Amino acid sequence: MLGLGAARLEADMNRLMALLFHQFIWKEKMEKLAHPSTRWLMWDSAQGVLDEQFMQLQQLQDESSPNFVSEVISIYFRESEKLLKNVRSLLSALHLIRTFVANWRVMFLSHRADRECTDYRKIGIHLNQLMGSSSSVGAKRVRTVCLAFRAASEHRSWSGCLRSLEVLEHEYCYLKTKLHELFQMEQQRVMAAGARHHPLLS
Amino acid sequence: MDSPKLKDLASGSDFGFRNKLRALVVDDNSVIRLYMVSLLKDVDVETDEAEDGKAAVTHFLEGKTYDIILMDKDMPQMNGIQATRILREMGVKAKIVGVTAHSTDEEKREFLEAGIDDFLVKPITSPQLIELLKDVGTE
Repeated sequence: MLGLGAARLEADMNRLMALLFHQFIWKEKMEKLAHPSTRWLMWDSAQGVLDEQFMQLQQLQDESSPNFVSEVISIYFRESEKLLKNVRSLLSALHLIRTFVANWRVMFLSHRADRECTDYRKIGIHLNQLMGSSSSVGAKRVRTVCLAFRAASEHRSWSGCLRSLEVLEHEYCYLKTKLHELFQMEQQRVMAAGARHHPLLS
Repeated sequence: MDSPKLKDLASGSDFGFRNKLRALVVDDNSVIRLYMVSLLKDVDVETDEAEDGKAAVTHFLEGKTYDIILMDKDMPQMNGIQATRILREMGVKAKIVGVTAHSTDEEKREFLEAGIDDFLVKPITSPQLIELLKDVGTE
């Protein structure tokens, strides 16, 4: 590195950036063109968002249930959003209790303990539900975050729970976005296949 | 390489289901119920579902019978342990398989003592289901 001019370094940097950008675009294209099951394996190994359980769902889809995967995922989204909303409400309620009781310490200590215990237990129940359904659809990263969140709730760590909830919501949104993209690509692929086999075009 | 479809594996003569098997899926999670019901229907098993232990017991009180029950552990109203105990007290002889996402050893022991025949971790896979049904089909 010693003795190399700034211009040469800049040129090398630009070449490296171009190479990385090209690789990124190539990867995106390959992911779009590859066979669906291969694509998911590639994606999973690169990003770990889904696991082979999602392929199990795809294998259950056939002529008698052509929309099975999208139906299951729609129900998953609907139920997950309810659970996340409930968890957020419980955490807000816990925060209020902590703030309120801080001002009325002696009188409400036992009430606070009971209420906190109940609310953390409810958070645990909601997380178990979300973990179960996430496992069933192959949402590996969401499930992993739920495990960490559950540990925080078992330790009654409000700040740990809040951090976990933020990570969980982020992972869930990311998963939802990626699945929507996948369904759109599948739809386009099916439409393109249909157009290729159209009697007027063959 | 794609994995073989469940129905292709189950349609072979090695499995030899004499009559159509009947299964009851008991789980409060609608996503899990849908997945397990589809898995069972894919291999031509007649399937009913119940959203908790109380609904499962009601199915039997209405005179329905099943060859296999897939019983979740943690459910509102009546959990899997309570439901299993009641079903065994009612004289239900069906194979009951406890299904859970997570359990301590103590909870597993309690579930087994309630009367389940087997214990699986969610999500159940095709090979696991085939093994379960093979056992039920040959009993």
